[in-house]
Amino acid sequence: MAEYQNIFTRVQVREPAYPGVDLPPGSLPRLGKPIFSYWLGKIGDAQVGPIYLGFTGVASLLFGFIAIEIIGFNMAASVNWSPLAFMKNFFWLALEPPPPAYGLTFPPLGDGGWWLIAGFFLTTSIILWWVRTYRRAIALGTGTHVAWAFAAAIFFYLTLGFIRPILMGSWGEAVPFGIFPHLDWTAAISIRYGNFYYNPFHALSIAFLYGSAVLFAMHGGTILAVSRYGGDREIDQITDRGTAAERAQLLWRWTMGFNASMESIHRWAWWFAVLVVITAGIGILLTGTVVENWYLWAVKHGVAPPYPSELTIQDPNLVSGVSQ
Amino acid sequence: MKYLDRNPLTITALGVSAFLVGCEAPPPETVQTGYRGLAMVQIYNHDRLQASLDANAPPAAIPAAAPGGPKAKDFYKNVQVLGELTVGEFNRLMVAMTTWVAPQQGCTYCHEGTAWELDGNYTKIVSRRMLQMTQDTNANWKDHVAQTGVTCYTCHRGNPVPAKVWVTDPGPRLPSGIAPSGQNTAAKMVAYTSLPYDPFTPFLLQDNDIRIIGDTALPTGNRRSIKQAEWTYGLMMHISDSLGVNCSFCHNSRSFMSWDQSTPQRTTAWYAIRHVRALNNDYVVPLGEVLPATRKGPLGDPYKVYCATCHQGAYKPLYGAPMVKDYPELSAPLPEGGVAALKAKAEAAAPAAQAKVEVQQAPAPAPAPTPAAQPQAAAAPAPAAPAPAPATVEPAAAAQAEPAPAAAPQPQQGQPRLRYPPPGMMQYPPAPLQYPPPPAAR
Repeated sequence: MAEYQNIFTRVQVREPAYPGVDLPPGSLPRLGKPIFSYWLGKIGDAQVGPIYLGFTGVASLLFGFIAIEIIGFNMAASVNWSPLAFMKNFFWLALEPPPPAYGLTFPPLGDGGWWLIAGFFLTTSIILWWVRTYRRAIALGTGTHVAWAFAAAIFFYLTLGFIRPILMGSWGEAVPFGIFPHLDWTAAISIRYGNFYYNPFHALSIAFLYGSAVLFAMHGGTILAVSRYGGDREIDQITDRGTAAERAQLLWRWTMGFNASMESIHRWAWWFAVLVVITAGIGILLTGTVVENWYLWAVKHGVAPPYPSELTIQDPNLVSGVSQ
Repeated sequence: MKYLDRNPLTITALGVSAFLVGCEAPPPETVQTGYRGLAMVQIYNHDRLQASLDANAPPAAIPAAAPGGPKAKDFYKNVQVLGELTVGEFNRLMVAMTTWVAPQQGCTYCHEGTAWELDGNYTKIVSRRMLQMTQDTNANWKDHVAQTGVTCYTCHRGNPVPAKVWVTDPGPRLPSGIAPSGQNTAAKMVAYTSLPYDPFTPFLLQDNDIRIIGDTALPTGNRRSIKQAEWTYGLMMHISDSLGVNCSFCHNSRSFMSWDQSTPQRTTAWYAIRHVRALNNDYVVPLGEVLPATRKGPLGDPYKVYCATCHQGAYKPLYGAPMVKDYPELSAPLPEGGVAALKAKAEAAAPAAQAKVEVQQAPAPAPAPTPAAQPQAAAAPAPAAPAPAPATVEPAAAAQAEPAPAAAPQPQQGQPRLRYPPPGMMQYPPAPLQYPPPPAAR
């Protein structure tokens, strides 16, 4: 029998395209005539489309498009509409949040106001897309696990750009829209608040992030390894455990003493992924509101060890008393 | 071929590894500079280090002038700064300055033919002021330049204008209604980050707060913002870039703000920032009156000094070559009696000084022969922290009321003008209810 459905599928089935079950009355239509892609068939299903957008999907794309346009036009304006400078500086350009002195007021459009508007449209777009993932799940009669995982990521996004700035009393605390600028912001918040390395929630988030990658590799590897025994039919194996599940679980029991079950491994992975952004959001929420300097916080609580210093110097600001 | 067919993955992996390893050949050298396990290291690339060493070699000193002879002020007319030198010493320094600053142009770069005393060329006025600046630096800023000191060559390197200077960056032209943020372009000045591309005007000309990190574990009212941190970050990138060093040359990166974990070099850098600020304000900016437009930036401010001007990629300019010892007349404003009097003064202070200069790069404030070190810095107290702008007052309008940093011609109407720091950027965000009010400057 030909091997079927590994990452590079060697067999592609060509059937008349499957449009999906009939939509309930009153629904917007599915869009697009299905096509078959040989190359996409190599890594997944060869059938592409149709797509169902529905009201929330259309609205989400519309709001998202407006957000991208606002960001893009502000970036273009920041290089005086020069297409060449726009291309050259693209990765550096940004739509910055308002300067901190504006606090939580609505600033002039050109001085951060557009950032607030773009943020509104982007947030609306993302939330509409969340509604869509939730409602598609309900429509398909599935659980809403994906929607809630997405909601965790949205929580983190809102923490960075909305909740924490409000707690801090300044939109200027939020993240700029831009490729390098948002990365520089990331470095700057760590420096400003005394080194995120000592923020335990930052550490937890990283542990879950790396842990997610490890779990993904372990699980993917395990299932691929037992697919020859039908292990790729994971859901069957949950309720009707066969030799594939037995072998997969024995592998881990013998190598590390403990093994997840065919079902629980998916809960492990889901929680690891979701906790990446939940812990990250908590870490951001505490920064500046509850903790001013994570390094000093860690020293205070005995987390950061002291190191010997051969030559201790003093702040010349205190020594000479001149302005800093 | 057969082998290739069988092991495409292996071949690819080997190829990628070879490529990556090749990028780092020869491997950079890591030099530990602090306690183990703290990443207190400097990283050197041999080729680049050698290129930097070659580019930062000092010129040979001109043989000392024969002693004795009349004083320059009695022999020449209009000698204001170096009058106490003998004619031999004076001419030796003039020759040295020509080779340091204007080797192509010669004496007439400053002088009008052989009418030595005339002050018609702006270059002569500037060079006189630069001599005073050099003497002031060597005498009063030993916390920065130590005993090594600086000469004209430290910055000029054979160029009438030092190769690395800065002017206030007006930023890209902007359409009306867009407020300049002062950042987010591919800027060499800040090592191609998207950080503010001119961190010099706020910190090396004006004296805005550089410190942004809170020094308490829990919030006690430090309202400095993340945006403000980016300006400081930009300045630090410039320092790192100019000195060819990592952050850990001065800081322990586990806590940038902690002085008790920083290296002694951070003290030097602290004085250096104030020194450069004083040089720009006391010497360079006032010369804007005589400098022509070709020596000024687009906003009409003269070419100014920053770290790269002297350091040029070396942690010490010219890798610490002590050029001043061959030109003692540059080491301090000349007292009555000229170089001989300077030497006598130095010898009198020597026993105390020798005790302090043993540690290389130690920030030990050597007892300066002239009193009142850093008068410039002391004379520039930090302004009180700007009060948070009331919601009804537009911050831009508030900033316009402040005096402009440098005498700059107003650009054409309608073009948003980048002010330093951009309005509202360095101001503290209004405190939310649960916080105490913004602090006074520390």
